[in-house]
Amino acid sequence: MLLRHTSKEVKEREGLTINPAKTCQPIGAMYAALGIHGCLPHSHGSQGCCSYHRSTLTRHYKEPVMAATSSFTEGASVFGGQANLLAAIDTIFAVYDPDIIAVHSTCLSETIGDDLQQITKKASDDGKIPEGKYVIFASTPSFVGSHVTGYANMVAGIATQFAESTGVKKNQFNIIAGWMEPSDMREIKRMATVMGVNIVLFPDTSDVLDAPQTGKHVFYPKGGTTVTELKSSGDSLVSLALGSISAEPAAIALEKKCKVPFETLDIPIGLSATDRFIMAISKVAGVTVPDEITADRGRLVDVMCDMEQYLHGKRVALFGDPDQILPLTEFLLDLNMKPVHIVSGTPGQRFEKQMRQLLDERSPETNFKSGLQADMFLLHQWMKNEPVDLLFGNTYGKYMARDEDIPFIRFGFPILDRIGHSYFPNVGYSGSLRLLEKILNAVMDRQDRDALEEKFELVM
Amino acid sequence: MEQIGILEGRQKQIFEKRQGITQPDIACDTSSLSGSVSQRACVFCGSRVVLYPVADAIHLVHGPIGCAAYTWDIRGAVSSGPELHRLSFSTDLQEMDVIYGGEKKLYHSLIELIEQYKPKAAFIYSTCIVGLIGDDIEAVCKKVAKETGIPVLPVHSEGFKGTKKDGYKAACHALMKLIGTGSTEDISKYSINILGEFNLAGEAWIIRQYYEKMGIEVVSTLTGDGRIDAVRRAHGATLNVVQCSGSMTWLAKEMEEKYGIPYIRVSYFGIEDMSKSLYDVAIHFPDRPEIMEAAKQIVSEEVKTLYPSLQKFKKALKGKKAAIYVGGAFKTFSLIKALRSIGMSVVLAGSQTGNKDDYARLKEMCDEGTVIVDDSNPVELSKFILEKGADLLIGGVKERPIAFKLGIGFCDHNHERKIPLAGFIGMYNFALEVYQSVMSPVWQFAPRKGGTL
Repeated sequence: MLLRHTSKEVKEREGLTINPAKTCQPIGAMYAALGIHGCLPHSHGSQGCCSYHRSTLTRHYKEPVMAATSSFTEGASVFGGQANLLAAIDTIFAVYDPDIIAVHSTCLSETIGDDLQQITKKASDDGKIPEGKYVIFASTPSFVGSHVTGYANMVAGIATQFAESTGVKKNQFNIIAGWMEPSDMREIKRMATVMGVNIVLFPDTSDVLDAPQTGKHVFYPKGGTTVTELKSSGDSLVSLALGSISAEPAAIALEKKCKVPFETLDIPIGLSATDRFIMAISKVAGVTVPDEITADRGRLVDVMCDMEQYLHGKRVALFGDPDQILPLTEFLLDLNMKPVHIVSGTPGQRFEKQMRQLLDERSPETNFKSGLQADMFLLHQWMKNEPVDLLFGNTYGKYMARDEDIPFIRFGFPILDRIGHSYFPNVGYSGSLRLLEKILNAVMDRQDRDALEEKFELVM
Repeated sequence: MEQIGILEGRQKQIFEKRQGITQPDIACDTSSLSGSVSQRACVFCGSRVVLYPVADAIHLVHGPIGCAAYTWDIRGAVSSGPELHRLSFSTDLQEMDVIYGGEKKLYHSLIELIEQYKPKAAFIYSTCIVGLIGDDIEAVCKKVAKETGIPVLPVHSEGFKGTKKDGYKAACHALMKLIGTGSTEDISKYSINILGEFNLAGEAWIIRQYYEKMGIEVVSTLTGDGRIDAVRRAHGATLNVVQCSGSMTWLAKEMEEKYGIPYIRVSYFGIEDMSKSLYDVAIHFPDRPEIMEAAKQIVSEEVKTLYPSLQKFKKALKGKKAAIYVGGAFKTFSLIKALRSIGMSVVLAGSQTGNKDDYARLKEMCDEGTVIVDDSNPVELSKFILEKGADLLIGGVKERPIAFKLGIGFCDHNHERKIPLAGFIGMYNFALEVYQSVMSPVWQFAPRKGGTL
């Protein structure tokens, strides 16, 4: 029955969203803040927001996720939430003792007009912030943008509030992570190390949300970008922002504050985007690409060639977050696959332009919509009208895949029903190879399942 | 972790049972301290969970996208028919709506939804922001109800207007508007409503079957596998049987006052409480002794097969210790008994929403040295689990990874449970799950309980 509720006929809707392909800003801010070492994210709003975000992140990572809340009451929503936040700051430093509190707002605190800058300044003026500790903030109203916007806002907040320029440049580069998994961040660091380049990566949720079992519940796991690293980002030579939506705002903020020039790249998912990433590092750092990276690339290209016959012309639908689905679309096109329908709930002209440009050149007939009413209901309707062979998306895609009886690859956020995304990257040549393996398995398992007995092949 | 103590201002919500020491009542029913890492949720969450299982209604969340996104199909409240409840509908309020109001958007969304899905009714949930921008939800609902001919019910669940319990009440309030609007013709005198049973993993079906076997008509289940038409005729039942007292006692009291239907509180977890919940209903119908006979028959048949099958688990689990942290306190009582029946003791018992009476009873029930907490947080939970040497944690989604990080077993007794834990078969499933988790060979590889390998 489920999702058989989706009708084929596409009608204009005047306000209604059905089965959203996005969620709200604060969860993105919470995720970004978890990528700072010793940081406790703080939700300035009702108790439910914090609880929902923690639950969703916990389901996605199968890890404890710590965050505090201002616990708004009716009083707070009448008189403003300043008292709640000041009390919260006291409580948090006294009891949970983080190095940093990263406050984000919610629809409630934004609407009543709480000014986080003013409140955190007051906390500082009142001596509520112990020596050597920090309270940073980001404004993340839920009624603007999406979870991706919230992530971008918090990352920009981190850059603005920590970066310092001493006037002496350091021989290092900033890599500002767009929304990606801890596994992806780990792989970015590995690639930089192999390239022999010093980087400051932020945020960095590796060793935070993929922590090993230790017999202890550690409130602040060992991972995350440190304050020292963040401060030094103002002295870096160049920033590479991975993702125009989720990372570039931080790069712009850094340029403004500390005059660190930046270049915006796609998240290196797939061959072409990884090529650009590696070339950019090579160029800005003036290093040659080491053999190890070249060999990684060679293996990916080798499999792309070996298995090309199984993928060409395969029709694909995908939904997700701009900075992830843009390079994914490019990768699919590189594999000679056919992206037929693309949806992202995250609004933004910049993204629309980028995606349109890619599609106009290589697949002009693709259906693409982002922003309001670009939801899974619409995607599903499109799929009913023009069927596809494969679906990419977060866990909620499984309903559509089941209804349409097509293979499904989990990609994006949240993934509530499988593991792997925390541990195995999608970025870089080796991450892309793993993604390619997933695509091949999905397509070829289906081919095997559906093959007539006489056509059921041993060697493929 | 070690250096983190108990939150100042939380001492009154924690209690350790000690011989000969009289301690003050536990402080509960309070909102959480600002700045705490609370495991609690909000008013909206309370309303959403209570009404969610009504499967032939649409559930439209009026607010920014998050509230609808985070509550999309996260509970395993199964339906035997329509599954409208498993979709996510939102007005996805934008900045302009916040400035100019969202009434028009709400109206159009409702009309579009009702046209698309032809539901039996619509529930409209107010979120925080709606409480601030002053949309007249009541008026929109009235208008749409008039135009479409179906009940369109506002649920006043602005997140900040109280605790999760206030959300339960707002949901019950919406249900109360439906109850009494259907025909009660042909309803047997020997009939009940099952309240506070949400059909997680199909539990309501198990319970319903027992009662029907006893010759009792189940008029409606509120709200597991719920149907609007059944809710509308719920006032025709003779007795209300209330589980999950936290969410539904208010409704039972209202129905008693308005329709003169008495209610009893029951629990379907564990042999003892499950049996009692059948007997207590039978007692209510003394003029038909067959009902009690049938109840006895069911219990004796079920226990005959269940009891021997539990012995294996009991032997293995004897002396193991459990920590319980769940939503409602009533469930804690049953869990303590159920754990005892498989040889385990309880060293930590707590809930998110228990009241004063609940905690008084908990104190009475618990063993010496048991820690009792209200509205706890991960720091306290980890601290007490380690101090008391628990081998098992029973809780929900946010507690699960804490248990696993500490290297102890876990049983989900919240809405993410996959197998029915209610009824006699549920007791077997519970024991099996606890046994499998606590006795799992994986723990031998894990540095356990804060120690080393």
